[in-house]
Amino acid sequence: MNDAGDAIRVNGLTKTYGGRFAVKDLTFSVKSGMVFGLLGANGAGKSTTIDCILGTKQKDTGEISVLGMDPKKDRRRLFQMVGVQFQEGDYQNEIRVEELCEETACLYRHPADWHQLLQRFGIGDKEKQPVKSLSGGERQRLFIVLALIPNPKLVFLDELTTGLDARARRSVWEVLEGLKQQGLTVFLTSHFMDEVEALCDEICILKKGSPVFYGTVAQAKKQCGCDKFEDAYLMLSDEEEAAE
Amino acid sequence: MKSYLVLLKNECKLSLRDMNMVIFAIIMPLVVLIVLGLIYGDKSIAAGADSTFLERSFGAVCAISMCAGGLMGLPIVVSDYRERKILKRFRVTPMSPALLLAVELSIYILYCIVSLLLCWLIAGVFWEVQIHGNLPAFLGSWLLTMISTLSIGMLVGGIAKNSKQAGVIASVLYFPMLVFSGTTVPLEIMPKAMQSVVHVFPLTQGIELMKKTFLGVCATDVFLSVFVMLSVTTVCVGLAVRFFKWE
Repeated sequence: MNDAGDAIRVNGLTKTYGGRFAVKDLTFSVKSGMVFGLLGANGAGKSTTIDCILGTKQKDTGEISVLGMDPKKDRRRLFQMVGVQFQEGDYQNEIRVEELCEETACLYRHPADWHQLLQRFGIGDKEKQPVKSLSGGERQRLFIVLALIPNPKLVFLDELTTGLDARARRSVWEVLEGLKQQGLTVFLTSHFMDEVEALCDEICILKKGSPVFYGTVAQAKKQCGCDKFEDAYLMLSDEEEAAE
Repeated sequence: MKSYLVLLKNECKLSLRDMNMVIFAIIMPLVVLIVLGLIYGDKSIAAGADSTFLERSFGAVCAISMCAGGLMGLPIVVSDYRERKILKRFRVTPMSPALLLAVELSIYILYCIVSLLLCWLIAGVFWEVQIHGNLPAFLGSWLLTMISTLSIGMLVGGIAKNSKQAGVIASVLYFPMLVFSGTTVPLEIMPKAMQSVVHVFPLTQGIELMKKTFLGVCATDVFLSVFVMLSVTTVCVGLAVRFFKWE
């Protein structure tokens, strides 16, 4: 496994749906221990990119390697070390929080202590409750917990803090910072630019499936001459404004 | 093995909370048994015959829970998990399709076992139903019928697009088999022409074999029945695992 320090490598990824490009010639890499943010408007191709990287969608062309492995061929070996939180996480009807955690933990060789994870995300008292009775924000945190149960080297978080209140978002950031210190690589998507600025070492901005920026938050601000990253993001991701 | 047991425990709990299978796989066979018992009691099938009507129908009653699990429960649960993207979540874990299908299969085997024991107990206590044939032979044919019926469900569940499609396929398989293969209407009372058509259903083979081994009637075409059921099982399980769809 000589991934030369790269946790994810994507080279020339293209995916079309019925002739329309969802992702077009996307190339980037994520170094181990880094927090990488994939940004873009709704429908820009973020989730499709994640699906192709994980092997849950078939790419048209391009090369993908995750922790030095092929996500389709080495699926079972790879996902011992990778945690995933999808945007639309679903669960069995009537399942309880503890059952969902237990059922996830039993699949891994070295699972994390999920009781502790639930505590850290502030939902430790919900163990016995049906998942469907949780609030949107609690459920969101539960799905982040599920992604961390494998004790992963790499975690994918698709819109990680959507639906969370300000305090809950901060505590999610803190936990992720802590895990990053321990060497966890994070791949995330987010619509909150303060979050991206606080967490991400590198970002890639997608527009209609094509990359329009790839670099650090500071570089993005510099390139656009903006003080606020949100302004830079809007400028980069929106053609009309950038042309002005 | 540990993941199998944890998943089995959790999925059993979920299945019991759902109640559908308790009604169709446990209560329904009992209702049919009791109705047949109340109508025929311990009457013989014909004057001088040494087996009762109920004894001749016992195998068919056992098959009701197999049909409920294999042709309704199993395919609908698995395809529902696919439709609701629960399988997608499992796909990005080390879970294998074989493990998932084995867990779901085990749940419906458990329902069949519980149903068999309850029916046997009640039939024995109230209407003195007893096995005239060889017990291991009966249990062997019961097992074979169950596994082959459940394997059909595994295939439907493994590859149906969504629970709606699985429901349609399952109904098309379930109701004719349930009504016409001797499960609810005994074969003996059907017209001759209908009997011969009904003999091509795989479930009919299983029920006939269970009946013969229960009554201790010397069966001549045992090998054909066994062969048919083993082939169905092998093909269905193989295809279900090979062509399993996560999404």
